[in-house]
Amino acid sequence: MDRQAIRLHINGRDFDIEVAPRKLLSDALREDCRLTGTHVGCEHGVCGACTVLVDGRPTRACLTFAVQMEGHQITTIEAVAEGGELSQLQQALHEEHGLQCGFCTPGIVMTFEAYLSEHPDPSDDEIRDVLSGNLCRCTGYHNIVAAIRKAAKRMRGDGHVAA
Amino acid sequence: MKPSAFSYHRPVTLDAALALLAEHGDAAKAIAGGQSLAPMMNLRLAQPAELIDLGDLLGLDQLRESDGAIEIGALVRHQQLAESELLRERCPLLAEAAQGIGHYAIRQRGTLGGSLAHADPAAQLPLVAVTLGAQIELASRRGRRVLSAAEFFVSVMTTELAADELIVAVRFPALLPGEGAAFRLFNRRHGDFAIVSVAASVQVNGGRVARLRLGVGGVEPVPVHLDELAARQAGRTPDAAWVAEMAAGASAAVEAENDERITALYRRELTESLVARALAAALKLSGAKP
Repeated sequence: MDRQAIRLHINGRDFDIEVAPRKLLSDALREDCRLTGTHVGCEHGVCGACTVLVDGRPTRACLTFAVQMEGHQITTIEAVAEGGELSQLQQALHEEHGLQCGFCTPGIVMTFEAYLSEHPDPSDDEIRDVLSGNLCRCTGYHNIVAAIRKAAKRMRGDGHVAA
Repeated sequence: MKPSAFSYHRPVTLDAALALLAEHGDAAKAIAGGQSLAPMMNLRLAQPAELIDLGDLLGLDQLRESDGAIEIGALVRHQQLAESELLRERCPLLAEAAQGIGHYAIRQRGTLGGSLAHADPAAQLPLVAVTLGAQIELASRRGRRVLSAAEFFVSVMTTELAADELIVAVRFPALLPGEGAAFRLFNRRHGDFAIVSVAASVQVNGGRVARLRLGVGGVEPVPVHLDELAARQAGRTPDAAWVAEMAAGASAAVEAENDERITALYRRELTESLVARALAAALKLSGAKP
């Protein structure tokens, strides 16, 4: 069960780290790669706080072992704002008060960056269906839904409002 | 909330994976999407000494129709099932069930083979497999064998899968002319495991029931196919009274169990409600006149 050397490809950069096979991706990101934007909540896949993208797909970092991720492209919250400028989704969460303590926010942002890229015009029901995978104990969710709706509209750039 | 130590293997061919399983036997566990196994490892409910990652195996992620059946590789993920045009058209029950599994991020990783091998009594895909009489193909170094879903599931999280075997593919029957199917479940929170779930598929010809398939999950240790009840329904007129009769019949037929949170009576009542809803929806989709 010795540590093994692996290379993780995260946010376009290579990280050469040594981890035991049992090390969760969530812990490897935070402790070995010093990318602490990914938050760790429940550690059994329920809360969604640790959601990152693996090859563009939302993935629970706590249900993934770091050693499994060699050869895959990982994207974390650190890569979402470009040059210090918030993404449309982050900006909308800010404007709509879609966060309070912010603990769940990285997971929500990663989930919906991916979801909105494939589903540009979701209904509120669809937004809520996807959001059900991310627990937030502060906001009551309404403002998050409003922010996602707003971000989707801006990302479409067509002024059309989903029913 | 951290897994215990294990050795990690990442075979790139099925033969290599089967050789590792043959070598390590019960000490090994195969991991595909990891959406059930990883939480169990984090909670130390599972402590495999050897973890065999199937993520690099090629050729087990295909989905195709052949000879009236839809053949699906064991590594096809839930989101692929939910979004597959082929399934929506030819095996919509499976697509509909997959759409309701866990959450969006979970569906991106979880696999068909993993869900069947895990055999949670409340899970969607085992219920669909049992209801439709899916054929599950297993491989080991000793050879291949095919089991029906009814043979495959033994008890709670227990299957016929031997320690050195992997599920490689599953064959589901394609929808017949005049057949409609629907999946309904009830849970307390969106995305949780269902308390009770129902899969219904009904074929209607000339205003009469030609064939009914009805399955209930969450009430017994394995998903149950109500074949005795279903076999007697050919020739019936599928009206509202019949739907109510089927719902009551299903509720009486299942052997619901009490547990610390949910009574058997409640499970029976859910069974009745969900059968009525699923069957009504399936009939509508079959194109039968109400």
